[in-house]
Amino acid sequence: MKPAPFKYVLASSLDHALALKAEHGDEARFLAGGQSLIPAMNFRLARPSVLIDINALTSLAGIDRPEAGQVRVGALTRYRALERDGEFLKSCPLFADALPHIAHPQIRNRGTIGGNLSHADPASELPALAVAMQARMRIRSAAGERTVTASDFFAGLLTTDLASDEILVDITYPVLAPRSGACFMEIARRRGDFAIAGVAAMVTLDEERRCTSVRLALCGVSETPVDAGAAASLMIGRRVTGEAIDAVAAGVRELIAPSGNVHASPDYQRHVAGVLVQRAIRTAHQRISHAA
Amino acid sequence: MQPDQHEIELTVNGSHYRRTVESRMLLSDFLRHELGLAGTHVGCEHGVCGACTILLDGDPIRSCLMLAVQANGRALATVEGLASAGGELHPVQQAMHTHHGLQCGYCTPGILMTMTAYLNEHPSPSEDEVREALSGNLCRCTGYQNIVDAMMDAAARMREAAP
Repeated sequence: MKPAPFKYVLASSLDHALALKAEHGDEARFLAGGQSLIPAMNFRLARPSVLIDINALTSLAGIDRPEAGQVRVGALTRYRALERDGEFLKSCPLFADALPHIAHPQIRNRGTIGGNLSHADPASELPALAVAMQARMRIRSAAGERTVTASDFFAGLLTTDLASDEILVDITYPVLAPRSGACFMEIARRRGDFAIAGVAAMVTLDEERRCTSVRLALCGVSETPVDAGAAASLMIGRRVTGEAIDAVAAGVRELIAPSGNVHASPDYQRHVAGVLVQRAIRTAHQRISHAA
Repeated sequence: MQPDQHEIELTVNGSHYRRTVESRMLLSDFLRHELGLAGTHVGCEHGVCGACTILLDGDPIRSCLMLAVQANGRALATVEGLASAGGELHPVQQAMHTHHGLQCGYCTPGILMTMTAYLNEHPSPSEDEVREALSGNLCRCTGYQNIVDAMMDAAARMREAAP
């Protein structure tokens, strides 16, 4: 057997799952899609003594619209369900670009958005999307409920704001605003591999085609997703020109401090991040032109 | 620690099974060791190579990244169920044979399961789309060209066979 022994409990309700987590704390892990947790257990890097299987909690899965302009995604929603929901992809087009980069169809059939965000892998796409879109995460424990913004949710390498008795319940994303375009791009050595760098960009224009908002976030270049909105703010109030885009890319290269890895030196990561920023902003901008 | 045992019932290739499993038993090991269905191969055991791909209620998944206990009540399909009862190969199997899409054969069951599901959903893929669909299955022998050729041929055969 690959994993170390553990006690398996199929949670019958969210309250049941939360009571178990409150009882066992860090010794227990929630099992959602298992596409990161089970490999870690197969390597015995993770050795939970209790595994709380939440896959039967169907109320945690699905996409709805709590109010106009917002889309709420249940934590147990699988990547494949997102990929196959044309209405969702139209409302949140960054997902249409990013989802195909997440591993492979076999993984996407099992993996969940809540598991992905709670795992907080630095190379992962969806944390960067959450930061770029300024998503809000709803968190529950046996004691109550709270909501945090994406930028406060990601605390460090594989670390989130979740306490040991808490679970991520759902994530609320704003629908793409009118006169806006979005683009996600990444570079990996092979299709489905971890990103060397990835960029999510959203651009909104006014009727004079001047920029009213730019959102920019990166994955793979830090221990957490990087909010590069500050580097992009110089575009506000201006037309989206090649010079402006180049200046943003230069600002992002200064902002980030990638640590490098076996596949890419820090300088290469910084270079790639800048190129991706240029391409992603340009593409996001072009997509507005085509839509308008 | 006492082994944490669970009774499970599931269907594999249309046959019903009931077994008692330890919670930490992977679904891949369950199929091979408990049911004797050794056609599902085990490569990396952390979700990278694709050799252990099976269908869970019709969708391809990594059987090394799921616990056997989680398959309780589910319907699985493995490579053993692809050929007809009379031994006639599935079009995807036949095309792999015709186009020499395998050498050592270790990755083949996973590729067959991935691609039968894919071609059922996408009957007329382009070559690029086939390569994309194959991206989660590693083969270290054939260099993929013959596998891609086989899948393009299999797609054509399956289109002809469809009503």
